[in-house]
Amino acid sequence: MSEVLKQHLIDPEICIRCNTCEDTCPVGAVTHDSRNYVVDADKCNQCMACISPCPTGSIDNWRTVLRHTAFTTAEQLTWDVLPPVVELDDGLVANAAANEPVADARDSTQTNAADASLGSVVAPASAATPVVNLYGPKNVMTATVSGNYRVTALGTESDTHHIVLDFGSGNFPVLEGQSLGIIPPGVDANGRPHHARQYSIASPRDGERPGYNNLSLTVKRVTVDYDGNPVRGVASNYVCDLKKGDTVQVIGPFGANFLMPNHAGSHLLMICTGTGSAPMRAMTERRRRLRASGDRLAEGKLMLFFGARSQKELPYFGPLMNLPKDFIDINFAFSRIPNEPKRYVQDLMRERAADIAALLKDTNSYIYVCGLKGMEAGVLEVLRDAAIANGMDWSTLHAELKRDGRLHLETY
Amino acid sequence: MNTGINYSEKIPNNVNLSEDKTLQRALEHWQPNYLSWWNDMGPEGSQNFDVYLRTAVSVDPSGWAQFGHVKMPDYRWGIFMNPKDETRKVSFGEHKGEAAWQDVPGEHRANLRRIIVTQGDTEPASVEQQRHLGLTAPSMYDLRNLFQVNVEEGRHLWAMVYLLHKHFGRDGREEADALLQRNSGDADNPRILGAFNEKTPDWLAFFMFTYFTDRDGKFQLCALAESGFDPLARTTKFMLTEEAHHMFVGESGVSRVIARTCAVMNELKTDDPAKIRAAGAIDLETIQRYLNFHFSVTIDLFGADESSNAAIFYNSGLKGRFEETKRDDDHRLQGQTYAVLNAVDGKLIERQVPMLNGLNEVLRDDYIKDSIAGVGRWNKVIEKAGIPFRLAAPHKAFNRKIGALAGAKVSPDGRVVSDVEWAANEKHWLPSAEDRAFVASLMGRVVEPGKFAGWISPPVMGINRQSVDFDYVRFN
Repeated sequence: MSEVLKQHLIDPEICIRCNTCEDTCPVGAVTHDSRNYVVDADKCNQCMACISPCPTGSIDNWRTVLRHTAFTTAEQLTWDVLPPVVELDDGLVANAAANEPVADARDSTQTNAADASLGSVVAPASAATPVVNLYGPKNVMTATVSGNYRVTALGTESDTHHIVLDFGSGNFPVLEGQSLGIIPPGVDANGRPHHARQYSIASPRDGERPGYNNLSLTVKRVTVDYDGNPVRGVASNYVCDLKKGDTVQVIGPFGANFLMPNHAGSHLLMICTGTGSAPMRAMTERRRRLRASGDRLAEGKLMLFFGARSQKELPYFGPLMNLPKDFIDINFAFSRIPNEPKRYVQDLMRERAADIAALLKDTNSYIYVCGLKGMEAGVLEVLRDAAIANGMDWSTLHAELKRDGRLHLETY
Repeated sequence: MNTGINYSEKIPNNVNLSEDKTLQRALEHWQPNYLSWWNDMGPEGSQNFDVYLRTAVSVDPSGWAQFGHVKMPDYRWGIFMNPKDETRKVSFGEHKGEAAWQDVPGEHRANLRRIIVTQGDTEPASVEQQRHLGLTAPSMYDLRNLFQVNVEEGRHLWAMVYLLHKHFGRDGREEADALLQRNSGDADNPRILGAFNEKTPDWLAFFMFTYFTDRDGKFQLCALAESGFDPLARTTKFMLTEEAHHMFVGESGVSRVIARTCAVMNELKTDDPAKIRAAGAIDLETIQRYLNFHFSVTIDLFGADESSNAAIFYNSGLKGRFEETKRDDDHRLQGQTYAVLNAVDGKLIERQVPMLNGLNEVLRDDYIKDSIAGVGRWNKVIEKAGIPFRLAAPHKAFNRKIGALAGAKVSPDGRVVSDVEWAANEKHWLPSAEDRAFVASLMGRVVEPGKFAGWISPPVMGINRQSVDFDYVRFN
């Protein structure tokens, strides 16, 4: 079943064919013929590197489509004008979302694509300034693997790994919520080098281990595709099989919006599934370290909703359970516990609607959603219902949340 | 010696300027001269304006397009090179396959200096040519685009001066000084290339210039970006990212003039140039004549069609072809031939010459292909308006002053004509004094945000996601 995609397109009427976007794109998603410049929806990770270099603004065009009906590059090459904006049928979208298995397996590629129509495209005002696109395919950074641990129990279907990369004396500054790209070695079936796969960073800005020039990733091994057919994900298997001491080709950092606020008294409402927990782990650990050092910036509530099939398939379950209750309010939802009804994050959120509403009323609250696309519509619905039930006008609140960088959606 | 200047702040760079004492000393001498050149010869009467400009502060995508209001003399002209590829090889000529040179090879020193000086000379020249245009801008948006082009040409001069200072010692410093001493149109000390001594008298000429002549710049830079001399290749590669904005100003500028003309034609239901002119728009025939002029003057910039210099530059790995590394051939070109045009006995005939000697012609033909594509896009605007007129690039042999075709009398459609026929038709083929006077008469200053002169349409969108009526220039 297909997901909703904000497809990146180039306006052929305005484009002057200067090739800047193709030169800039870190993942090789832009190509051209003698007529048009086009973006391959399968490769574009919406890192936005091409947007500001474009001299014409033709690069900044988006159409909401279902992924399986995305415009192909062959189709785009024939255009004289962009296709009209078509509002997707709500029923179709809801149907697509409902059919998305919440704990389905796929390459844990994560994008920074905040759906512009639903979430913020700006960072919180108090967020630190991120460094982005420091490295690309033409100046790749090499990192060394200093650790690779399985973080889901053996014997379960989910094989999720916690990978620690060390940059030695190299410069790779990151903030919680950012991601990086890994270029798998070798070539694809067409003999071309693999394009980079993007992964969210799971450690805070000062390193997986404070004071070390390292960071961590949460990567799930892909063994079946969207439709459940066996497939071996090139990048995820490469990363999950890395040994200590191996070197990897890294590009990035990416992402300038999905960032945490940097002011005392700000609250974080975090909602995730599976490897979508990576940025939540980073933000939580950032706050935990600030708190340990007695920093005022640690003030503020943390509330986490975390969904997985079972406790054994929930990455970082153990460490999360050890966090003090007065530091973070943790809620787990498991969808595959034998003899128990399936529970998704949305179900759990409904039970806590009163507490969520209290956070929604506070302009210091920041909401982060990361995980499978299927959860997005459900989570927004719960937020809406919680707001309405507590006397708030959702459309006004939703607009404010988006405008102020307080609602961040990163789903894939 | 501690000069107290914070080099990386004042001069954004990725060439380690703060550690390079020799370079610092050279620049300390040159930079004040540059600023006084900018004040004397740069955009007239506008040094105190706050202009919404794009500044490059680093070469990654987020760093080379930083927008904000700045006064032009305070613009942070930086020195940038594309990231180094340690494994890069010379990709053409007799040194093909050898490691790219990080220093100037002694035997090619004079030729490389000449290439860099010739390229560098065009950058300040166009600033000089355009210095009065700010007084007649058709909108605040266009004024901002003019200034953006100007400061980036200034930065391109810096880029070439960096190479001269860094790699050519005393000769290089003298050449860098001379770049500020020659002036466009100066009878005693003109710029090196002909087209850069022509006037840019009005905004239609400016748009044509940025479309056609800056595109010559693009092709020269592309050819130099293939150079075996790695610092030159990396410098010009980064300059190309900025050159794209100049192409945009030209292409969209002409396109907007055409759109306005078509709107007036449809409003008045006329194709009579006199009526269109009376309504304050520029008739398509005049636009065609401007196109003929700028196209023909610009293709002369590629030089003689047979050139032993071009062969030497290529063979020694100094200057490649457009998209050299994307081509499927031996990249040595020995024993291969290329067709050049000659006018003989009233006929244009093709003659095969050794390809190495014909490389100016190869680059010229690539350029023609690229510039004709844009003419096609202008025609789409006319077609969309339902008007049966089509613009066309003139024949390659039309109005040439350089090479084997120099002085041949050839019509825009490629017929060799008699002196009598040329004289009778020149005013239909090239802008006449009356055409220029008419276009000049339209040039009034419109600078209220969101307002546009009557001879040009507003753009589809603003700069950097700003609205079209944004205050791009604050006059103070």
